[in-house]
Amino acid sequence: MWGGIQSRMGRIGIIGLRLSFALLLAGLARPASAQAVVADLSDHLIAVTTGFAGTKLLLFGAIEGDAADVVIVVRGPAEDITVRRKERIGGIWINRHNLTFGGVPAFYRLASTRAPETLASNRTLARHGVGLEHIRMTYPAGANGDLSAFRDALIRGKQRLGLYPEENGQITLLGNRLFRSDIFFPSNVPTGTYNVTVYLLRGGKVISAQTTPLVVSKIGVGARVFAFAHRHSALYGIVALVMALFAGWFAGAVFKRA
Amino acid sequence: MQIYLPIAELSVNAFIFLGMGAGVGVLSGLFGVGGGFLMTPLLIFAGIPPAVAVATEANQIVASSVSGALAHWRRGNVDLKMGIVLLLGGIIGSTLGVWVFGLLQGLGQIDLVIRSSYVVFLGIIGALMLIESLKAISRQRKPGGKRRKLHQHNWLHGLPFKMRFRRSKLYISALLPLSIGILVGILAAIMGVGGGFIMVPAMIYLLGMPTAMVVGTSLFQIIFVTANVTFLQAWQNQTVDIFLALLLLTGGVIGAQLGTRVGAKLPGEQLRSLLALIVLGVCARLAYELLARPDDLYSIGALVGHG
Repeated sequence: MWGGIQSRMGRIGIIGLRLSFALLLAGLARPASAQAVVADLSDHLIAVTTGFAGTKLLLFGAIEGDAADVVIVVRGPAEDITVRRKERIGGIWINRHNLTFGGVPAFYRLASTRAPETLASNRTLARHGVGLEHIRMTYPAGANGDLSAFRDALIRGKQRLGLYPEENGQITLLGNRLFRSDIFFPSNVPTGTYNVTVYLLRGGKVISAQTTPLVVSKIGVGARVFAFAHRHSALYGIVALVMALFAGWFAGAVFKRA
Repeated sequence: MQIYLPIAELSVNAFIFLGMGAGVGVLSGLFGVGGGFLMTPLLIFAGIPPAVAVATEANQIVASSVSGALAHWRRGNVDLKMGIVLLLGGIIGSTLGVWVFGLLQGLGQIDLVIRSSYVVFLGIIGALMLIESLKAISRQRKPGGKRRKLHQHNWLHGLPFKMRFRRSKLYISALLPLSIGILVGILAAIMGVGGGFIMVPAMIYLLGMPTAMVVGTSLFQIIFVTANVTFLQAWQNQTVDIFLALLLLTGGVIGAQLGTRVGAKLPGEQLRSLLALIVLGVCARLAYELLARPDDLYSIGALVGHG
């Protein structure tokens, strides 16, 4: 994560240099703790069990130094997503055009002490991928002017699934030092490795950031069934069949007597 | 009670699906139909991805047709030779169908094909059933209506590869049941139905089989064709959800018994017109979704990572 941000900063040039310089200063000024923000999650594993109906994690942390604003971004594992547009052909609505976006976070949730657009410039927010309109993804090659319509549709689609919550989460600040925030995950939360990044902003600049990993994983019977269905799919098919044949025979035998 | 369906990858209320299984089970017990052609659209309405709905429903039909076929087998109502020829066609058709299914899934057109096949078939079947039952009701009021002549000779009897089917007292070209089997196999794979609603009339009117043999023989074929579909869908497309199938099965078994018992006490033709109305209702709903301008012209789908 950090590597990615820094390499990007190199490309951006002076602004990036100034930022890393600020970070360096922040580090030098407080040699005892190199980081201006420390945060952790109440749990680093979300177990999607058979009875899973969504869950809530607590993110808590502390800020070093003067008052600052906190932005928390939860990013799900990257995936490729195809966006399709329907067109009316012969009276029927048919999927006609499609574009595939790469490296799209499967889940994206933002929480902040204040609305992000009041905290920093659009450029800064875009550089850090903060905000739905700044989510990083790779665009399909050779795409035309429709690109932004497809991108907006992708975000709308994700919002409909509840995977890019529209409402920004709340962060509670205690005495400008401690902060806490509840992060909700819906029942259809995609599995994989998540990154929870805490950004510390002061004076329109990101002065520190910390990333904590989070794993969402299927656990229990459901997980074993899923793994079995994908790893030994032929055998899984046979098991499904035997189950159905037995159930049919059993039902027939029981109710014939009744 | 929330339960997480591992293949559909969503958390659902178990009782809703038990109830759907029971509801369609009651209908199939009442009318002696498989119910797949109602269950698959219902699953899609309930938010199950169409691909998973179709494959899982095929799995459920295996179970429900086994108990039906066994009962007919005991009464000697299965023409094994005819069943095997139909089955041969069914295996060819369903294998082809599963392959086409995977292809369409990749193109993003599978939803459209599933929905429009349902609109066409439910529309035709519903309309025919309604007309038939209304005619029968008016015939009951005016007794002495004429009976249709079974088994007429036409060009279909001139086809080659003639075969003798002793049980059904038929001497016809094997190409006929074979092609019926292929058609039903394709439908089974793409629509997640047993195909009894196509096969039974085809066997009576095209082949001229005795009515007593038709249901048992078609059930015999359906077991193996839906078994082939289940296996291939699980193997190639990983779309069979065992948990969902279990919920539907449990509900279905209970519902079917209830339906059979209730059905014995209710007037048959009125029931049949009721079923026809249900079928037409489902058809209208699906047609509306195809024809009305969608709320959002765009839709998204994750590229399946595991290929």
